[in-house]
Amino acid sequence: MLLLQVIVGGLLLGAIYALFSSGLTLIWGMMNFINFAHGEFVMLGMYAALLAAIWLGGGPAVFGFASLLALFVLGVIIYISLIRHVMRGPMLAQILSTFGLALLLRYTAFWLFSANVVSMPETVLSGNLNIGGILVSVPQLIAGVIAAALTIAMHLLLTRTTIGSKLLAVAEDRNAAMLMGIRPDGMQALAWGLSAGSAGIAGALMAMSYPWSPSVGETFGLTAFVVVTFGGFGSVPGAMYAGLIIGLIQALSAYYLGPIYKDVVVYALFVALLWLRPQGLMGKA
Amino acid sequence: MKEATTSKIAWGWLALAAVFLVYPLVFQSAFFRDIGVLLLLAAISASAWNIVGGYAGQVSVGHGMFFGVGAYVPLMVFTHLGWPPLLGVPIAIVVVLVLSVIVGMPTFRLQGHYFSMATLAVAELIRLLVGTWDFAGAAIGLSGPAIPRGWWDLTFTSELPYYYIFLGVLATLLLVTWQVQRSRFGYYMRAVKAGERAAKSLGVPVRRTKLFALMLSAAFTSIAGSLYAIKTGFVDPESGFGILVSVQMLIIAALGGAGTLIGPLIGAIILIPLQTATNTWFGGGGSGLTYILYGGIIVLLARFEPGGLVELWNTYAPRRWRSGSHAP
Repeated sequence: MLLLQVIVGGLLLGAIYALFSSGLTLIWGMMNFINFAHGEFVMLGMYAALLAAIWLGGGPAVFGFASLLALFVLGVIIYISLIRHVMRGPMLAQILSTFGLALLLRYTAFWLFSANVVSMPETVLSGNLNIGGILVSVPQLIAGVIAAALTIAMHLLLTRTTIGSKLLAVAEDRNAAMLMGIRPDGMQALAWGLSAGSAGIAGALMAMSYPWSPSVGETFGLTAFVVVTFGGFGSVPGAMYAGLIIGLIQALSAYYLGPIYKDVVVYALFVALLWLRPQGLMGKA
Repeated sequence: MKEATTSKIAWGWLALAAVFLVYPLVFQSAFFRDIGVLLLLAAISASAWNIVGGYAGQVSVGHGMFFGVGAYVPLMVFTHLGWPPLLGVPIAIVVVLVLSVIVGMPTFRLQGHYFSMATLAVAELIRLLVGTWDFAGAAIGLSGPAIPRGWWDLTFTSELPYYYIFLGVLATLLLVTWQVQRSRFGYYMRAVKAGERAAKSLGVPVRRTKLFALMLSAAFTSIAGSLYAIKTGFVDPESGFGILVSVQMLIIAALGGAGTLIGPLIGAIILIPLQTATNTWFGGGGSGLTYILYGGIIVLLARFEPGGLVELWNTYAPRRWRSGSHAP
């Protein structure tokens, strides 16, 4: 029974991994650009949720939306002020830009919020649900379900709407898209907003059940790399499956080997993946 | 004309060498000598990073893994076998060569991003593992010989011997880099950096070039780590494998000018005194501000001048000086 509980917990956390990783894979697939600060976006989403819960009050709907909005705006600003200027530059500039941004955001968060571990106020959501003998925490369940729904919504947005077609058109061929009357700059700014926004709301969902400090961003960023590589370059459904699998693997390695080894196993899996199947589950190399 | 430029560059290097040689004799206080030693160590690590990150254009953001192995192995052979730490240096080099193959072989088939991501992940993986590994002192770390049993323990009370040992290693590294960059392999590295597809079509062995560049870079980074551990007599997961170790190499090389011989040296001359100053002014809380400063500098460099100060000089300095000081 305990094992089943561990599995359910892993899958619910995995759904959140899937959500923020789909944001990373969107940028990667669309612009062939890797965001080293994506984990920091998740971390900022957690603090945005905390501040919104304290200042605005209200439930998960309020602070979830606040995180989404705050990070969406931040994503657009970062695209316009930084990414747009380096994305076609040398590799060194591409990698340094978001790597430097990650350091800047992480240590500014340390400076603003201190290194102390914090968690959401008690009032938010609590309690456990007993489903056939398995105890599932209510905030984890809600967070996991919302995360899965949002990931699917992201996939539908990309594949079933006009905006999605425009985004994919820019990804496919920037110049051809321009000839069709699509402004690539606007679409790419939107993609950065969506990507950071997904990280922001994922952070808000995670904040409901897990305490955190500014250093969590690095771990989430690396987790997102593993999920995206596993799921395949630019594939949102791939990120969805891979997120669930990584969440499960992490929960099981924490259960069998001890909590400190959960990240070790995932990073080792990353190296193994690069050797064995770098194109991922659903990618085409 | 060309010969005149070459001799001007040679005179410039000789003058720089002279300054470095007399520096600790002019500034005799422990404070200034310590800065000198730190500066040389930072210049060695950044120059080592520069081989793969600058010349070959493969940006490692986890070079701390090589530095950390270089720092840990000498103290491991001392702690567990009682050997002089110096004997651990070649063993560490063998370990980092294996590590470069593990990281480089799979990722050099792919686009450059994968290499950067893998370096970050493997550096973090090793840091976590070393932090729980009792043989490596776990979270506490390892110490070197407290009292030297002989000169071969390289445990000195004065900063002076370390200064000249580090200076010798830096000179060797720069000579090796200089020789490498004007060899056929050097042309291969620049071709790979300029465009892999074009390089491949011209018959450049792209993957092998990238891997060799990484191995050479890793070996020297490991030596830098060993020098650090032997001098400090202590290493823990953070000082060996921590993110700041990787960041410092990258920022120093990029600030001065990645892919140039003089770049990492200029970066170290600017950044190390600056870092000492912020740590002194802001006390213990200074390290957090140092990171913010580093992040800001890296972002600004990427945004405005990825070529670093050398490139800035070549663009804006008066033409008369420009050609003379153009980094070889």
